Amino acid sequence: MIVHFDPASEEGIASVVRSAAAERVTLAVVGGGTRAGLGNPVRADRTLSTRRLSGIGTYDPAEMTMSALAGTPLAEVEAALRAKGQMLSFEPMDHRPISGTAGEPTIGGVFAANASGPRRYVAGAARDSLLGVRFVNGRGELIKAGGRVMKNVTGLDLVKLMAGSYGTLGILTEVTFKVLPLPPAAATVIVSGLNDAEAAAVMAEAMAQPVEVSGAAHLPESVRGRFLDGNLPDGAATALRLEGLAASVAVRTEKLGEKLTRFGRVSQLGEAETMALWAEIRDVKPYADGSRRPLWRVSVAPSAGHQLIAALRLQTGVDAFYDWQGGLVWLRMEADPEAELLRRYIGAVGGGHATLLRAEEEARGRIPAFEPQPPAVAQLSERVRAKFDPSGILNPGRVAPLTRK
Amino acid sequence: MPETIGFLKPRQAVLDRRREIVADLGDLLPEGCLISDERGLKPFETDAFIAYRRMPLAVVLPETTEQVATVLKYCSRYGIPIVPRGAGTSLSGGAIPQEDAIVVGLSKMARILDIDLFNRTATVQAGVTNLNISDAVSADGFFYAPDPSSQLACTIGGNIGMNSGGAHCLKYGVTTNNLLGVKMVLFDGTVIELGGKALDASGYDLLGLICGSEGQLGIVTEATVRLIAKAEGARPVLFGFATSESAGSCVADIIGSGIIPVAIEFMDKPAIEICEAFAHAGYPLDVEALLIVEVEGSEAEMDSMLAGIIGIARRHGVMTIKESQSALEAALIWKGRKSAFGATGRIADYICMDGTVPLSQLSHVLRRTGEIVAGYGLRVANVFHAGDGNMHPLILYNINDPDEAARAEEAGNDILKLCVEAGGCLTGEHGVGIEKRDLMLFQYSKADLDQQMGARAAFDPQWLLNPSKVFPLEGRPAA
Repeated sequence: MIVHFDPASEEGIASVVRSAAAERVTLAVVGGGTRAGLGNPVRADRTLSTRRLSGIGTYDPAEMTMSALAGTPLAEVEAALRAKGQMLSFEPMDHRPISGTAGEPTIGGVFAANASGPRRYVAGAARDSLLGVRFVNGRGELIKAGGRVMKNVTGLDLVKLMAGSYGTLGILTEVTFKVLPLPPAAATVIVSGLNDAEAAAVMAEAMAQPVEVSGAAHLPESVRGRFLDGNLPDGAATALRLEGLAASVAVRTEKLGEKLTRFGRVSQLGEAETMALWAEIRDVKPYADGSRRPLWRVSVAPSAGHQLIAALRLQTGVDAFYDWQGGLVWLRMEADPEAELLRRYIGAVGGGHATLLRAEEEARGRIPAFEPQPPAVAQLSERVRAKFDPSGILNPGRVAPLTRK
Repeated sequence: MPETIGFLKPRQAVLDRRREIVADLGDLLPEGCLISDERGLKPFETDAFIAYRRMPLAVVLPETTEQVATVLKYCSRYGIPIVPRGAGTSLSGGAIPQEDAIVVGLSKMARILDIDLFNRTATVQAGVTNLNISDAVSADGFFYAPDPSSQLACTIGGNIGMNSGGAHCLKYGVTTNNLLGVKMVLFDGTVIELGGKALDASGYDLLGLICGSEGQLGIVTEATVRLIAKAEGARPVLFGFATSESAGSCVADIIGSGIIPVAIEFMDKPAIEICEAFAHAGYPLDVEALLIVEVEGSEAEMDSMLAGIIGIARRHGVMTIKESQSALEAALIWKGRKSAFGATGRIADYICMDGTVPLSQLSHVLRRTGEIVAGYGLRVANVFHAGDGNMHPLILYNINDPDEAARAEEAGNDILKLCVEAGGCLTGEHGVGIEKRDLMLFQYSKADLDQQMGARAAFDPQWLLNPSKVFPLEGRPAA
């Protein structure tokens, strides 16, 4: 029988972990459980939830930082920030629509998964906003790292290491992060009718302009109709977002539009449509289709994304769209995940990595969900992991390929 | 001056084998890559933290990653400490060697390997200077964002080692936010690559861990960094205030209002006088505190941002406002700021602090800093990155007066304790090095440090890489 722990305090978590470590009992660490389908299935004896470790701690808008207990619902964090005209600048993706999970995403889960959205180029990833953490390591010790200031090089940066470690190095109990003012205005320039390769070039051109593009995505014709209820202009849509002071956004939108007219039909989206479109891009709307068809998140150099897709199309049935100037590829396979083929081709276009976000249980148990690493890096990662969780009791199996020799 | 910071006791077995080690390294490396005579070693005995110096056993200047690997493999086999070195501009003693150590200098690895404007990345060898990267792409409208004051000399390898910042990181972030990948050599000579031209890497964020690890986890030989499109224009503006407090609270209000300039720099009266005498930048001399606020964008955008900032400054009783009218004036304003440390060095010896505090604490910490330094009978000049709370009090003293030197060091320790008590940290961008090593327990518990040292040991189980740095000598795990 799976025993479920949900301690209401940091010390409670530490105490559960200490006992578990002593008895070699493995623990599945969960927040809201909305990212349970991400990674390989965890095979653990017990479940430990951070759900009751909830609440916003210090929040001083003038300092642009917030501290919150790990189990605080993301919605609560975002509402508190919105009330003061601020936001999480890294636009964390909501994994529920694509994976069909229920529950409430927690702020701890966001950072444990380093969930980062379209504003990556100008605002960084979740890890770039994370300033400090408290966590319980696999020995049941309470550790703090970082702090609440923007610049801090005091000692090794364990904060970055904890971000994106999926609960395998420690259980986050409190996170302190940087926030930014909500942009007063936003608009999107759409260039229509480009193929994937042309779109990559146009996005590169746009990002090289002094207009501070804060999002660059390409939505091929196969997915275009799924966005904004089908209201994007005809043809593949290459979308470029501009944010900032209203007058500045207006000027930059004009400038960028003029610059890009020679590539295709240019149109603009206003504020409301911009907000809706980029939330849909962030949450991978076209593939939130209730199916279990394999879905990959692929990260490569921006110039390589369309090359990868072109090569895969010759071999198998795929559908894809692009964020991050073409470097972040959301890739849905028609049938088999084709992990081996995909990863071989990623290597061929210059390297990167693929994460399996969704698949049938059988495939999730069989395929390394995270990119297997070269042996020397895998061994190093395993040595690091063992220094945090020597008994291997935290989320065993979740990032299995990390430890594959 | 009397040394209060200790080094690890040199390994006698290594010292005894000096001649043999030098001969072996000579065999392993090409001609001209080994320095072992006293005159040649002298320039390597310290860095910009000049109060401390140690002669290394030898210096090697490899030309390739493979040669770095060969040296590290040899040193790990014989238990010889390694001290990596870029340009030797560390302000915390990060590159100071020890008697039993081989210094691995990256100065010969100074080639730009690849500029990729489509993906906006540059791949360079570790010995390339910070400014070289921006210079290489400037004509195409790009730049590399982190800009430490020493950017003319300091290398990207050293920047990664220290996770360097600079004046403009308020908007663009520090090194770790702009680094995409590295090639590095581990303690035993294994070469690994992390990241690349993609915006994120898979697995644990080892790149994030390496950045700012002060040469303890390996030696970075190549780096891939992000390039950013330059804004249409940039305009620094000077705001003079009657008190440091009003300048400090003005900074907090600018940030709190949702306007984020590219940079907000602070100087107090002593710093203004020192920098103006050096750079003739046109700083006002009749104010107690000066803010340099830089905005960027098109003319219209800069005008509208500045209007907001000027409104806030007026509410805080700003005395003078001076906008730069030309590129030349703008360059002078920054020249004055960036030469602050050098200009100070012309009038006195100084210890430069680097604590970061939450913005709400700026005024309080500034006032207390003045009181602390005065309490030790010394003078202080403040010049720092106010927008992100990263303070740089320069404690002025005479290095040839042992009593003054001791008082300066004590004042510095008190200031760093103050920063931690105010919710901040010991070092925002200069690193722990040897300078702040013994203060680490002010900020961290024993368990916190043990966890960091655990991560360190995963990379360097023998504690051979820059071993006297960052972690207090007491309480280390047995190697």
